[in-house]
Amino acid sequence: MARAVTTRRKIATTVLAWAIGLLIFFPIFWTILTSFKTEAQAINNPPLFWGFDFTLENYAVVQERSDYMRFLWNSVIIAGGSTILGILVAVPAAWSMAFVPSRRTKDILLWMLSTKMLPAVGVLYPISLIFVEFNLLDTRGGLILVLMLINLPIIVWMLYTYFREIPAEILEAARMDGATLKAEILYVLTPMAIPGIASTLLLNFILAWNEAFWTLNLTAASAAPLTAFIASYSSPEGLFFAKLSAASTMAIAPILILGWFSQKQLVRGLTFGAVK
Amino acid sequence: MATQHARSAARVMMAPAVILLLGWMLVPLTMTLWFSFTRYLPMRGDSIERGLDWVGFENYVRFIGSSSFWPSVQATLLIVGGVLVITVILGVLLAILLDQPFWGQGIVRILVIAPFFVMPTVSALVWKNMMMDPVNGMLAHLWRFLGMTPVSWLSDASVQSIILIVSWQWLPFATLILLTAIQSLDREQLEAAEMDGAPVMARFWHIVLPHLGRAITIVVLIQTIFLLSIFAEIFVTTGGSFGTRTLTYLIFQRVVDSQNIGLGSAGGVYAIILANIVAIFLMRIVGKNLDR
Amino acid sequence: MSCKTALRASAALALCVFAGAAAAQDTTITIATVNNGDMIRMQGYTDRFTEETGIAVEWVTLEENVLRQRVTTDITTNGGQFDIMTIGMYETPIWGANGWLVPLDNLSEEYDVDDILPAMRGGLSHDGTLYAAPFYGESSMVMYRTDLMEAAGLEMPAAPTWDDIRAAAEAMNDPANEVYGICLRGKPGWGEGGAFITVTANSFGARWFDEEWNAQFDQPEWEQALTFFVDLMNSYGPPGYATNGFNENLSLFQQGRCGMWIDATVAASFVTNPNDSTVADTVGFALAPDNGLGKRSNWLWAWALAIPAGTQQADAALQFIEWATSREYIELVAENEGWANVPPGARTSLYETPEYQDVPFAQMTLDSINAADPTNPTVDPVPYVGIQFVAIPEFAGIATEVSQEFAEVYAGQQTVQEALANAQALTNDAMEAAGYR
Repeated sequence: MARAVTTRRKIATTVLAWAIGLLIFFPIFWTILTSFKTEAQAINNPPLFWGFDFTLENYAVVQERSDYMRFLWNSVIIAGGSTILGILVAVPAAWSMAFVPSRRTKDILLWMLSTKMLPAVGVLYPISLIFVEFNLLDTRGGLILVLMLINLPIIVWMLYTYFREIPAEILEAARMDGATLKAEILYVLTPMAIPGIASTLLLNFILAWNEAFWTLNLTAASAAPLTAFIASYSSPEGLFFAKLSAASTMAIAPILILGWFSQKQLVRGLTFGAVK
Repeated sequence: MATQHARSAARVMMAPAVILLLGWMLVPLTMTLWFSFTRYLPMRGDSIERGLDWVGFENYVRFIGSSSFWPSVQATLLIVGGVLVITVILGVLLAILLDQPFWGQGIVRILVIAPFFVMPTVSALVWKNMMMDPVNGMLAHLWRFLGMTPVSWLSDASVQSIILIVSWQWLPFATLILLTAIQSLDREQLEAAEMDGAPVMARFWHIVLPHLGRAITIVVLIQTIFLLSIFAEIFVTTGGSFGTRTLTYLIFQRVVDSQNIGLGSAGGVYAIILANIVAIFLMRIVGKNLDR
Repeated sequence: MSCKTALRASAALALCVFAGAAAAQDTTITIATVNNGDMIRMQGYTDRFTEETGIAVEWVTLEENVLRQRVTTDITTNGGQFDIMTIGMYETPIWGANGWLVPLDNLSEEYDVDDILPAMRGGLSHDGTLYAAPFYGESSMVMYRTDLMEAAGLEMPAAPTWDDIRAAAEAMNDPANEVYGICLRGKPGWGEGGAFITVTANSFGARWFDEEWNAQFDQPEWEQALTFFVDLMNSYGPPGYATNGFNENLSLFQQGRCGMWIDATVAASFVTNPNDSTVADTVGFALAPDNGLGKRSNWLWAWALAIPAGTQQADAALQFIEWATSREYIELVAENEGWANVPPGARTSLYETPEYQDVPFAQMTLDSINAADPTNPTVDPVPYVGIQFVAIPEFAGIATEVSQEFAEVYAGQQTVQEALANAQALTNDAMEAAGYR
């Protein structure tokens, strides 16, 4: 009896969950689908879910207009570089906050977060002038630096919450055994922290990948990432739904694929120590 | 107990992060403060090399005295608040749903988090053209199918549309955090309550929701930080028209469209003040919740 | 210690990245441009330029609003990221006056600078010096459906008044069949709906400023113009016109949804192109309407190529500009894509080419351009030049906000009087901030 109810309930839950999941995913699905249609079919009334002529022409047109691989490569370098650099700076900071806390630790953490509240447009001129002064405009290095600084507070905070989950007794024990600080970090802390660091890496890679204000305003030709690529498709003339869809799909595909493969890690990464 | 040695080591290790962030905050902030007290109109030939005229608080008075100021604060709070309410409520419901056993959990979870990977520019473009276009958008097709007149979303329901787009982007984030929190809930406690005949709503109010308090705080804090500065979504869709001009967007118009750096910088200082008011308010709550 | 290692590693990484970015460049020029059809087409022909000259070209193609934001920040902060910028008739004289552009006064003999249409040359100059070469130029005109006019038993005069337009819109309006009498721009933005309502107001005798730079939105002419526009569009326009700009209206007209469309002359080649347009055979053209006050509601605009003063590659940039805006380039496009698709409105010789005179919209385009007078745009005297814009640096910001106020009227969210009062206040406020008053 009980089992029958459970099954019925499970079916109902399945239907509901799938319906909501598909509803949320629909805009992305529709974009990907439209990118394979001709322009005329893209605005067909009623909209076509099947029975259209599958075409790759839109991708060819977009690729001909802008060299996708160059933008993609810049995105990878900038997002990857800023994330790695950020981790290198944040790990020691988060480590000391978690294991050698002082009265000010929490204040420092909150202060770091508050630096993220500076509205980017408000400092467009200051940052642009600094970039001109140091010849950083349109360099990947400059963007790596800026994106690292933007995301650093989040990185520090995430790492801090992970490190705090590592039981202090283990460290105490290691110290009792006469482990040096270096050994403590290398052999005790690091293995335990790797999952947390991996999740942090992932989340920050996504945040850096999607950052669209500085990446657009501080680049021209040589360091422009995918956010600049998409800026040339915002409002072209006449019929453009299919080409826009193709360009959008190309801009989000790499990160979508990465995200899907690593979603378990990411879920962990998003908890911010909220759990427990 | 941390030794003296450990303490000084800790300080050294924190130094790079603190110094970098301090520089990142202080240098532009100082320049913004300086500009905000000057007449800085680059289109009229003003530049730092030629020296900027000091005008005192004129920019501050003008920025706050503009008829667009209070509506923009209102729009900012409305959009941030709207998105927070929607993502938290739907996030809790969705998290509870996804926590139930059903077939294809993994795939549904992937579908639900997908919007988080989409860059803001792209999601704004997709919603504006593919979904909300009053002639060819999906919603227009749906409205016609249901026998109604298609709505021009971005002019007639502009603020709601922005809230919808931004909520779509951030719902995955809220759902995931809340889902992880729910999964750590004590099952036995819930089952015991069920045995005692506590109705669903009562169980939700007295057991589930209090347990989620901390997670909700985290969602609200992180999202507020990001939402206060949303820009691409408004730039691409309404360009600040029809009541969607947030404080961030107003500053953008002053700095970029009007090329009045002094006035825009004064706006920037106001935005920092507003952000900090919100922050202090939030941190009061979060600070408490962060102490375990 | 680990922290030192980390520091060293991050410093080394940062250094590597910076060093890598500073790699030397040969003769490569970087061009910032807007993503419309003619520019995209030009990118396709760049290889020929590189073959001829050995100069490589990097394109930064951006949507119009993003482009403006990007190049303006670059020029005002002296960023030096671009060797050529695509700018319009609004920016050129202002930037030229500030000394930010390289004067184009040593163009070659073969280039024949005197061939540039006088109206375009005037609009892209400051104090008689040319600062940007027009890639294409445009005015605005009426495009209407000859079949619908015939069915309604009406004839469009070659130089209509607003009353003619209104009568034609009424006669062709058939919303039950999704055909609207008239499609016009309402979209916020100074270059979109702002431009259209400004030229409409010009023909009604209104102006942006009096000779003391006082905003004039409190004058009856503005109320007349705005009331007329709103009434016309609410009665015979498509739904949701408050968000329709050039692209939206182009798409509507091509789908056969508009009886009439008053917009840029460059649109003529798109609406008469049978590949894109369902109404290609039945489009007629007329001058933009007037209101019997001696000023027509047509504008003047050009997208032009300019060299920012900070560039290291001025010579190569000049070479490119000469190539891209030359007669030879026009012939190259004509050869490959047909005469109707060449960039219009820049050169006198184009309109003297017999093949081009056969293009149905050629003469009306030229007449419209010649009917525009940027130095004397309004009925009453004004202290500014420019027709659909006011050539002062503050205008873009002000007009964007004013057009947003107006768009709220189009969307039914405020009244004409409220919008004008708001526009008056914000314009005077901004002019005060800029030190005019």
